Amino acid sequence: MHIKQELTERHVLTLTVDNEAGTLARIAGMFTSRGYNIDSLTVADISEDHTTSRITIVTKGPPPVIDQIIAQCERLIPVHKVTDLTEAGPHVERELALVKVHGTGDQRVEAMRLADIYRARVIDATVNSFIFEITGGPEKIDTFVSLMREVGLVEVGRTGIVGLMRGADAS
Amino acid sequence: MPEKSGAEILIDILVEQGVDTVFGYPGGAVLPIYDALFQQKKIKHVLVRHEAGAAHSAEGYARATGKPGVVLVTSGPGATNAVTGIADAFMDSIPLIVLTGQVATNLIGSDAFQEADTVGITRHCSKHNYLVKDPAELATVVREAFAIATKGRPGPVVIDIPKNVQVATASTDVKRPARSRFTYAGEADYAEINRAVELIANAKAPILYTGGGIINSGPAASEALRELAELTGAPVTSTLMGLGAYPASGEAWLGMLGMHGTYEANMAMNQCDVMVCLGARFDDRVTGRLDAFSPNSVKIHVDIDRSSMNKTVRVDLPIVADVGTAMRQMIDVWKGRKYKKQPLTEWWSRITGWRAVDCLSYPDSTQEIMPQYAIERLFEATKDKAPIITTEVGQHQMWAAQHFHFDAPNKWLTSGGLGTMGYGLPAAIGAQMGHPDALVIDIAGEASIQMNIQEMATASQYRLPVKVFILNNEWMGMVRQWQELTYESRYSESYSDSLPDFVALAEAYGWKGIRCDDPAKLDDAIAEMLAHDGPVMFDCRVHKTSNCFPMIPSGAAHTDMILNADQVSGTMDDEAKALV
Repeated sequence: MHIKQELTERHVLTLTVDNEAGTLARIAGMFTSRGYNIDSLTVADISEDHTTSRITIVTKGPPPVIDQIIAQCERLIPVHKVTDLTEAGPHVERELALVKVHGTGDQRVEAMRLADIYRARVIDATVNSFIFEITGGPEKIDTFVSLMREVGLVEVGRTGIVGLMRGADAS
Repeated sequence: MPEKSGAEILIDILVEQGVDTVFGYPGGAVLPIYDALFQQKKIKHVLVRHEAGAAHSAEGYARATGKPGVVLVTSGPGATNAVTGIADAFMDSIPLIVLTGQVATNLIGSDAFQEADTVGITRHCSKHNYLVKDPAELATVVREAFAIATKGRPGPVVIDIPKNVQVATASTDVKRPARSRFTYAGEADYAEINRAVELIANAKAPILYTGGGIINSGPAASEALRELAELTGAPVTSTLMGLGAYPASGEAWLGMLGMHGTYEANMAMNQCDVMVCLGARFDDRVTGRLDAFSPNSVKIHVDIDRSSMNKTVRVDLPIVADVGTAMRQMIDVWKGRKYKKQPLTEWWSRITGWRAVDCLSYPDSTQEIMPQYAIERLFEATKDKAPIITTEVGQHQMWAAQHFHFDAPNKWLTSGGLGTMGYGLPAAIGAQMGHPDALVIDIAGEASIQMNIQEMATASQYRLPVKVFILNNEWMGMVRQWQELTYESRYSESYSDSLPDFVALAEAYGWKGIRCDDPAKLDDAIAEMLAHDGPVMFDCRVHKTSNCFPMIPSGAAHTDMILNADQVSGTMDDEAKALV
């Protein structure tokens, strides 16, 4: 007997939650205990009175599992609202990455040229290194990072994505 | 400004919430609360003998009374011992408030004596949990906890209270209301109800598949179910959790469905054209093989929890609502549109054919007590006394579900979802606390009963006349049955060796002990048990290798039931073995 795997879809979920101790553990742990995937997760306080946070989770699973993930999130007491941006329609996703490269001579010039093309900003420089700051969709950042591998990549830090619906309404 | 200690505030709010009974066990981290309990008269504390017993007793109390059960245990091992009961209540949607002591806030995280991360451990087996770090928050938290435990889909809520928070004082002036930060389903959308009623009215072969949600919704939901069944003429089956919502003596009753359900219930589920799932959740014990589950029916699912929808079985019409309210709405629409009860002649004649299989029959014996016979005689002897039945987990539980018949809700308390051995005795104690004059019987197995047997002392202490009726076959019967069916009778560790003398044990705890192994003497022995006004342990020696049939084996469809021992092959493929 072999374990069967199902085809999965990538979905971006945003959750509006109470900003209190244990909320993140409750959500992240629910994903683990029910066997769901987390590709990336970001969380930050978004309200003036610091009572509400917004969590963006990128997950993947077969469509019925995605539906269950949303329902299970909604079931948690500190979760007020769950939006599936992928289902909801046009939306923007952005991620920020910090990319450190090491090199001298032509390699260093090439790194700088590529950064310029990808509109990455230099936020730290030494005679033999740069740290670039780049924002964009995950694919753009993936591509940029793979190019930097060719010209002396040292390390990368990524925030995971945040997303909002396009248009005037709140998601 | 008057101030009170955290412990005193806690007691005040428990009283305010209508708590009259707490099941608990003292320890270092809850001594301030126990001291506050000592100085009041409104709440009765039941001292259990193990914290698992406290949680299961509170569950029994909650299920028999419809009120939330309250547990009070100390930090560390007190809390971890209660975890099984918390998980059990979570699976079966039972409202509990579990108060756990914790080390002082300045010691949290330091591996202090009897420290455990109770909120971490219980996070995913409770509906919600709290760590209270300030006595000023306590009133709000406890009020909110009661609301969360009882509203929507009920469940256990854990409140972890550090010892210094119990001692420190806070103002009692401010009457903080509970935050209403969660919503729960109530009334269903009428468009959905209209569609459901149309589907039922036009069905040729409808079935009402009912579950524990109807019991949880309250007695009015059981009334609504009876009326809906009468109006529509549809047959009714139920999960293990829903027994009693529709009377077993009712005309439309098919018996329980699922793995050890009746042939007629499972065949009707398979062959129906409209399935109305009312407060049940398509559990794997109910559906059998998913791709063969009721292939030709339109499925309507009423459930208060949105996450139950389409979890395992895709349904055509999900209705997120309180099941009692939704059934009342269906009745109103049915009457408003003047639908007539359909005779459903062909459907009922097919059901009559399935009933004729007589799937619950068993080989009789004059030499030995058959376990099914023991349950039947117990039922006959007690049916006019409106008994509350609790069970442990295993063969005896399934035989009780098959052969004991329930005409009212809140009379059948069993661990359905989690399947916790050791549930029955403490649950019986809790039920008896809630209903001091009721006849409460724990139908047990000789293996399960030993898992919380220490609670016999609790029954003795509070003079609770619970009856424990042990079907003693000297085997962990359900494990033995699966080994016979799946592993060619290799009985790995399933023999109940070194059993205690249950009669002597009963007497050691101040109970009455009765033993019976003769079918001819069984009725007299049961009468003797019922005549005794104190607790009784009844060691009923039954046929040792009886199996529980009918049975849908792992990975099989409803139509592939094993009806008797002749149909057992003794082997299964790996796909089936991998299923529990």
